[in-house]
Amino acid sequence: MPILEGEKVTKYFGGLAALVNVDFYVEQREIVGLIGPNGAGKTTLFNLISGALMPNSGVIRFRGREITGLRPHQICRQGIARTFQSVKIFPNMSVLDNVRVGSFFGAAGERSFQKAMERAKEALEFVGLAKLASAQAGELTLANQKRLEVARALATEPEVLLLDELMAGLNPTEVGETMRLVTTLRERGITIFMIEHVMKAIMSICDRILVLHHGEKVAEGTPQEIASNEKVIEIYLGE
Amino acid sequence: MFKRSHLPALISLILLVLLGTLPIYGSTYAVILLTAIIMYIVLTVSWAMFSGPTGYISLAPAAFFGVGIYTMAILGGQLPVLAVVIIGGFISFLLALLVGITTLRLRGVYFAIFTFGLVVLIKELLLFWEITVTGTRGRFVVLESNTTIYYVMFGIFVVLMLVAYFIRRSRYGLALQSIGENEEAAAHAGINVTMVKVITFATSAIFMGATGAIMATRWTYVDPYVAFNPIFSFLPVLMALFGGMRRLYGPVIGAAIFAYAEELLLTRFPYYYMLTFGLILVLVILYLPNGLVGLAPKIWKWSSGAQGADTRR
Repeated sequence: MPILEGEKVTKYFGGLAALVNVDFYVEQREIVGLIGPNGAGKTTLFNLISGALMPNSGVIRFRGREITGLRPHQICRQGIARTFQSVKIFPNMSVLDNVRVGSFFGAAGERSFQKAMERAKEALEFVGLAKLASAQAGELTLANQKRLEVARALATEPEVLLLDELMAGLNPTEVGETMRLVTTLRERGITIFMIEHVMKAIMSICDRILVLHHGEKVAEGTPQEIASNEKVIEIYLGE
Repeated sequence: MFKRSHLPALISLILLVLLGTLPIYGSTYAVILLTAIIMYIVLTVSWAMFSGPTGYISLAPAAFFGVGIYTMAILGGQLPVLAVVIIGGFISFLLALLVGITTLRLRGVYFAIFTFGLVVLIKELLLFWEITVTGTRGRFVVLESNTTIYYVMFGIFVVLMLVAYFIRRSRYGLALQSIGENEEAAAHAGINVTMVKVITFATSAIFMGATGAIMATRWTYVDPYVAFNPIFSFLPVLMALFGGMRRLYGPVIGAAIFAYAEELLLTRFPYYYMLTFGLILVLVILYLPNGLVGLAPKIWKWSSGAQGADTRR
């Protein structure tokens, strides 16, 4: 049984179809990539999974249990955490406090101050921000703010992590570091579902790739299959 | 061993003892003045408890304050004062729950306008009720002694400060702050944002309602215009801005100085009172965005010399 799956997931914004009958599944400990041109519906799909939006129809299941229509905090507490395309940190709070929010309220739901603190520090250590724990989050570089989002998500103790364009706007060195971070997340036992535009990254770390176009799933397969898929080439290079 | 970190606790304790025993050694004037000051502190701190961290600007204090006043006007004399004060707080709590559940999805200016509309709505409903049903306007309130009013007011203040302190120190303080910083991210980090907002909003209303109930016993006669005076919505906001909301004692200091200044200006310079007030406010908002408590680090910086003043890289 896949850890996360969707069946005929559909979302309209007014008359505009953002997603139409999209089926998807993610197996435990897989890294699955979600690609497609701008406006294909990738972030919408993440918003539906994480509870930010409600689908018009279709079912989303986590560990076999339906989670469609649950609110964001409930989904997070079930064990699905996410990062955002445009970083959403708590800019005037310290880096450590940003992450403590995750450890206090996430799936771990840590009530003890000391344990929440330990968990937060451990998450910061993991993403390489331990030294900046007391800095103000808004003053970090973009790359570090993105790491901070990962740390906050990690502190909630997720089983599935949704990464929305984690590498966008980063320089090649930072992209390399982030790729390594993603693979170590998987080694930790976390299942990754990621939206990415950086093709080099997606092709080298994903087990499987899903391609969306105009709200529909047009292809699905291993990186090699996707790279040689005619439809995908057509979408990316134009008709 | 006495440590420097114990200083705030020690100062608070001394202040509490001094304030708690005021009617024993203080003049009647001092008791009445301090009652007014503590009233403003309670309204301001309870306002800042919710609106400070979350950034939802509530203009509802006058509504909860007025509900407390009317609770006392109706029940005063029939039940013990303290019971009426608690009931006033409880009714305000219920009202705030209802308002919170229906409106806390509104953001920014919409929430502010709605909460202000609540003040006007309740006032008009009461007027309508009094004109068409009871056929009277206004009510007499059973009086209490200055000392009783003072002790009850002081009691509300102590409970409020404890609650505000523990909220700030707990994980809910962190939750409130993160909601103010980025509500969507807070929700996705596992915070039940609606619940945290509604409960905090309603808790803050308890203190406003209780304050209204006890203060009503000083006024002999109340009508909807007196009880739901919008100034009680605006003053807490101004006082909190004046004192600064980053620290718990900011709104306390802001309200205390503001309330004392009001008394002073009103009695000594009745003609320049509002003008001076306006000037101070403009200056504070322009030059002290973090309020009076924001001054402390600045003074510290000056006194410790200019070198290394910029700690940010």
